[in-house]
Amino acid sequence: MTGSPRLLNDAASRWLLAGLGMLILVVPLLNLAVPETSPFHLSTYMVSLFGKYLCLALLALALDLVWGYAGILSLGHGAFFALGGYAMGMYLMRQIGSRGVYGNPLLPDFMVFLNWQELPWYWYGFDNFFFAALMVALVPGVLAFAFGWFAFRSRVTGVYLSIITQALAYALMLAFFRNDMGFGGNNGLTDFKELLGFSLTSAATKNGLFVGSGLALIAGFLLCRWVVVSRLGRVLVAVRDAESRTRFMGYRVEHYKLFVFVLSAVLAGIAGALYVPQVGIINPGEFAPLASIEVVVWVAVGGRGYLYGAIVGALLVNYAKTWFTGAFPEIWLFLLGGLFVVSTLFLPRGVVGLFGQRRQPPPSAATGGNN
Amino acid sequence: MLETGRHLPTNILYLEGVTVSFDGFKALNELSLAVAPGELRAIIGPNGAGKTTFMDVVTGKVRPSAGAVFFRDDIDLTRHDEAEIARLGIGRKFQKPTVIESLSVAENLELALRGERGVFTTLLRRHAHDARERIDAILARVGLAAQRARPGGALSHGQKQWLEIGMLLAQSPELLLVDEPAAGMTDRETELTAQLLREISGEHSVVVVEHDMTFVKALDCRVTVLHEGHMLAEGTLAHVQQDERVIEVYLGR
Repeated sequence: MTGSPRLLNDAASRWLLAGLGMLILVVPLLNLAVPETSPFHLSTYMVSLFGKYLCLALLALALDLVWGYAGILSLGHGAFFALGGYAMGMYLMRQIGSRGVYGNPLLPDFMVFLNWQELPWYWYGFDNFFFAALMVALVPGVLAFAFGWFAFRSRVTGVYLSIITQALAYALMLAFFRNDMGFGGNNGLTDFKELLGFSLTSAATKNGLFVGSGLALIAGFLLCRWVVVSRLGRVLVAVRDAESRTRFMGYRVEHYKLFVFVLSAVLAGIAGALYVPQVGIINPGEFAPLASIEVVVWVAVGGRGYLYGAIVGALLVNYAKTWFTGAFPEIWLFLLGGLFVVSTLFLPRGVVGLFGQRRQPPPSAATGGNN
Repeated sequence: MLETGRHLPTNILYLEGVTVSFDGFKALNELSLAVAPGELRAIIGPNGAGKTTFMDVVTGKVRPSAGAVFFRDDIDLTRHDEAEIARLGIGRKFQKPTVIESLSVAENLELALRGERGVFTTLLRRHAHDARERIDAILARVGLAAQRARPGGALSHGQKQWLEIGMLLAQSPELLLVDEPAAGMTDRETELTAQLLREISGEHSVVVVEHDMTFVKALDCRVTVLHEGHMLAEGTLAHVQQDERVIEVYLGR
């Protein structure tokens, strides 16, 4: 509504949308329409790899919504991602049916292996895609609501909040590692066969999942953008910059934080659900604290508080990761750490900050001073 | 900008026997005071006299361990939290100027404008048509019309103080609590601020906590002197300056 910064943002956002639109058109074309002998042909492996990046970008977008706008540094967003992934994985397990190694029509292989006689109650319904899709959003959303309800009402902020989000992810990781939790323990869920009747190994399905991930990212981006340009978005920025001030203006800060935290968790869950069929496995490693911290690095590198920065950062860092872990596997983690240090010290506004004119002030990191 | 149709209370703010202790230290010690509707009141006192704690109690940041705090005669403020108290019509300006640094001056005021504060209202609805006019009026009043598109963080210290006062006006509260508005201001800015606060009172009740005696003099209003958490003297500035206990507290040590 007011001022030019938002318009400038809009131009960058339009560029991003155009780029994503191009990507979801061109990648399937290069894979399906260009003959394999052509140098322009893109392998199906690459399609899935790019699809994976798009899901991770959606996760980074979700994190930027809470961290970049409301100042909530969540170090546990990987947990919401993993929960969405597990919900999808449970559906994919049920889809295997009697084609598993043990041929049990009802029980997934790992349950037969553990000598379980019947399906645990919480696996009911996951043979239905729509139920599973609902759970993809509902499980992370409800967890985020319960967690946020207590944390934000008790006014846990800053480092303390970051630590308990990390603890949440860690606790879930330990729980999911246990075999008797009924989620496949250490090995997680894998050996998926098909999704909605489409074979997961076929190139067409992989392209479909790629396009689906791209569309989900675009939709997620538009939704987040709609939130941040609304009046609510400005309240979030106010909470980030001066929480106490916002409260004394009569805003219930905890409600705003809760809203945006739940929305973000749902987006992360959807990202996880799209990720799992493309990588073919979900295991408790996705809950690992390091996984959540990596997401923070993507957002910081791309540029916090712009939405498109998170997407650019996630795509860039993950592409670099694929390349470096192939070329120099030993030093990748040092590079990732170095990247974070460099971007914090020299690029406070991230990679996208290099291109934009200095029109919008960076999100001030430490303005906690309010008497 | 007092809401019409509501009865005019006897006291806009009334404290009786308010005590606040932090680990045995009594920041407020049986403080009692009353502020009339439309009144401009200055609260002075040496460091640690309890001035800021008084504001914390009225705005719901700190709960008193004993005593009563009433707004408009019958609203018990100890039963509400900060956001509720703000919506009831009490605005607070911090000692350190606190504005939203990355939002523009106009957006800062827009956020503060009186209106619905619910999550979904702010997500789905825009402000009323007259929002822009009201923002313009406040900008003119606090002398920031030329700065409307600048980010709050780019303002000078004094301008931030005025923006914050403007944000209070946008909330259109019945009672404004202003904590050391002249801190860090030039003489000219101090004078303008005193003038602004005098203009605002009448329409709103204003309580100013202040250190700076020249500023208090410029406010030209009733003065309450706090010392060690309770009221030492009250009256005109000239009157309290004659008071022996006040002289002792301020000059005696």
